[in-house]
Amino acid sequence: MQVQLSGILSQAAGGARCVECAGATIGELLQALLLKYPEMQSHLDDGIAVAINGEIYRDRRDQPIPANADVFLLPRIQGG
Amino acid sequence: MPYETDYTNQGFSKVGTRVNRPDGVDKVTGRAKYGADANAAGQLVGRILRSPHAHALITKIDTSKAEKLPGVKAVLTGKDFPDLTGGDRGMMNILENCMARGRALYDGHAVAAVAAIDADTANEALKLIKVTYKQLPHVTDVDEAMKPSAPIIHDWVRTTGVTPAPTTASNVAQRTEFGHGDIDAGFAQADVIIEKSFKTEQTHQGYIEPHACLATLGPDGSGELWVTTQGHFTFRNVCASLLGLDVAKLRVTASEIGGGFGGKTHVWTEPVALQLSRRANRPVKLVMSRDEVFKATGPTSSTSVDVKIGAKRNGKITAASAELRYQSGAFPGMWAMLGAMTSFACYDLKNVKSVGFDVLVNRPKVAAYRAPSAPMAAFAVESVVDMVAAELGMDAVEFRIKNAAKKGTKASYGPVYGPIGIGPTLEAVKNHPHMKRKLGKNQGRGVACGFWFNFGGQTCTDLNIGVDGSVNLTVGTVDVGGSRASLALIAAEELGIDYEQVRVTIGDTNSLGHNDTTEGSRGTFSSGMAAIFAARDAVEVLKQRAAATWGIPVEQVVWEAGEARAKGKQNNNLPPLSLKEIAAKSPRTGGPIAGHNEVVADGAGVSFASHMCDVEVDPETGATKILRYTVVQDAGKAIHPDYVEGQFQGGAAQGIGWALNEEYVYGDDGRLQNAGFLDYRIPVCSDLPFIDTQILEIPNPNHPYGVRGVGETSIVPPLAAIGNAVSNAVGVRMDHVPMSPPRILKAIEAAQG
Repeated sequence: MQVQLSGILSQAAGGARCVECAGATIGELLQALLLKYPEMQSHLDDGIAVAINGEIYRDRRDQPIPANADVFLLPRIQGG
Repeated sequence: MPYETDYTNQGFSKVGTRVNRPDGVDKVTGRAKYGADANAAGQLVGRILRSPHAHALITKIDTSKAEKLPGVKAVLTGKDFPDLTGGDRGMMNILENCMARGRALYDGHAVAAVAAIDADTANEALKLIKVTYKQLPHVTDVDEAMKPSAPIIHDWVRTTGVTPAPTTASNVAQRTEFGHGDIDAGFAQADVIIEKSFKTEQTHQGYIEPHACLATLGPDGSGELWVTTQGHFTFRNVCASLLGLDVAKLRVTASEIGGGFGGKTHVWTEPVALQLSRRANRPVKLVMSRDEVFKATGPTSSTSVDVKIGAKRNGKITAASAELRYQSGAFPGMWAMLGAMTSFACYDLKNVKSVGFDVLVNRPKVAAYRAPSAPMAAFAVESVVDMVAAELGMDAVEFRIKNAAKKGTKASYGPVYGPIGIGPTLEAVKNHPHMKRKLGKNQGRGVACGFWFNFGGQTCTDLNIGVDGSVNLTVGTVDVGGSRASLALIAAEELGIDYEQVRVTIGDTNSLGHNDTTEGSRGTFSSGMAAIFAARDAVEVLKQRAAATWGIPVEQVVWEAGEARAKGKQNNNLPPLSLKEIAAKSPRTGGPIAGHNEVVADGAGVSFASHMCDVEVDPETGATKILRYTVVQDAGKAIHPDYVEGQFQGGAAQGIGWALNEEYVYGDDGRLQNAGFLDYRIPVCSDLPFIDTQILEIPNPNHPYGVRGVGETSIVPPLAAIGNAVSNAVGVRMDHVPMSPPRILKAIEAAQG
């Protein structure tokens, strides 16, 4: 699937804003992404949120990713 | 047990009603116990010595005289906090912020701590600690700190987010970029382009209750911490990690909280209090003074922002860009990134780019403040939106409606929106009676929009039914804005009982599994979700008990209106069993009846608000009076409308203070000049009109009741709404927050030449 990377995450993928990666769940996707781009590790440590068809998931690694979903990776954010 | 989190559009009998708050009597009679209200036998008084310099090497600390003072039981400096972080830079930053390690990084940075038998002795001991400093060059302004000539705060910081990766140190900790499309092409299509720069000054959350804790830590590594906090589980984890404790052996209890707004999401003095207690082997109570709260906790960023927006004559924006520079204090943060993500989130833009620079300065470590970083970005963007509308000769609300994001819009920060409320809030503003009020001389009206993400997170909840049918719901999210009332309504709704039958308690860290901090407007969203599922879990037990009592299969039992009913003609002779009846028999039907749920409450719906305000500016003094203020915000589903309105009003009130008066003032020596409420002016009742509210309910598809967080978004639009109103009143574009009387007069005089 096409995975879009935002902000600082794209730097860990050599500047690419969109990468090809596979995964039936968020956990599988992040694992595959890490294998492809080891520099992503520090961002995974800081936390990555995954937007699937517009819904943002911060913690659920078991969340399924439907076929042809719009997948967007964001840095994990803080709130007040 | 997993449950379906999708919105179901169910009807409600309890949710949405305005019941009495459960903590009201305790709070007005003084019974409620806040951070400084706990005491322990033999407790000591903790005090912290702070740097008087903005930036200095600590060449020597002599604590010998303090240690010899009778009554002093412990003295600590940076060397008493060994590095147990395992190379985790983020944890080391927290540790170094709690106690300096060889270098004071800002005015107020902790350099030593004492515990003594009373306050006088502790204060005397602080005076006996001799610290030798070598002052270093400092920088407190965000733009100055980015210059190549600026003193470097940390020699290990390399700017991330730039290619190639730099090899030399910089005060720019991070560059982040968001957006899509081609902004050059977009601006080329524009008939009108407006470009302007803005500044906002640093503000504090201004919570009335200072940080306070009572710490007990024994030589066996077991401890107790009573503390005012937004997240006692997070405090437990951080303190245990910094001090080398087992998480399970540190029990943290959250006191009632006298305001937090993001400022109580981080530890400041708590690890120090625990370490003092461990050293003295006695409880230590540590309460910050207001001066310390201002100097050494986590205010907002001060910022410097450039915005450029282009539009066609038909009112459609063709391109928008922003560069946002946010200072994060003396340690790296993500604040400019959040500004960059939120800046254009209200709009449907084909070509958009926002770039954020997180910048280190010699100021306290920045913390979240209600929708962190979004208000400053909104001030700049919404000001330019007004300017573009004016240049086009369009009504500013109509211009916003024409460009508002909607379901299917690709957000400026990346993802595609689901159902959202920005359009409906703007339509509500357009049709609101407020907009029809006639304005007088020296008066102006302003409108602005705001966005915040909201999030959920780890949540764990227990629900226990007593033998009399009363219900205790134990949650782990600190109640910062009325969640206990809302959660009681949810439990009552699910169980079909009266609200008054439910008591909600905030459990300590040993009574529940981990709960994330109450931040990101998550309290009612996530604990509400867990409460629904815990109640449904308990209902299954209630049905089983009824089935066993009747001697029928549980599949033939339904739960309706607070009672078990047997289905089917064969069961017509079985009268319903109420929750009270089943609970009364519970000791002999299987024991206590309880429900439990742990959930990662993801899918929090994003939140939008639109505000309108009328102001009158005195042209002789520059003083601004807020004549009328109205908040329109999407709540998804308002569980307890009074509290939702209270959140809307509270955010607006804080935003009004930020817009008009509040400001950290630093001298040339890098020291804070106004660390107290006499010189740092937050709004009081007489400064504010009654703040009108309008709740919109556009259900969040990812919550069974449709709930969205409501606690933060209301602080996003006020700076811009007031900025637009003041600009319209005085006929000069205001570009610097706070718009204090001297700043308004200066702007008027500058415009007059």
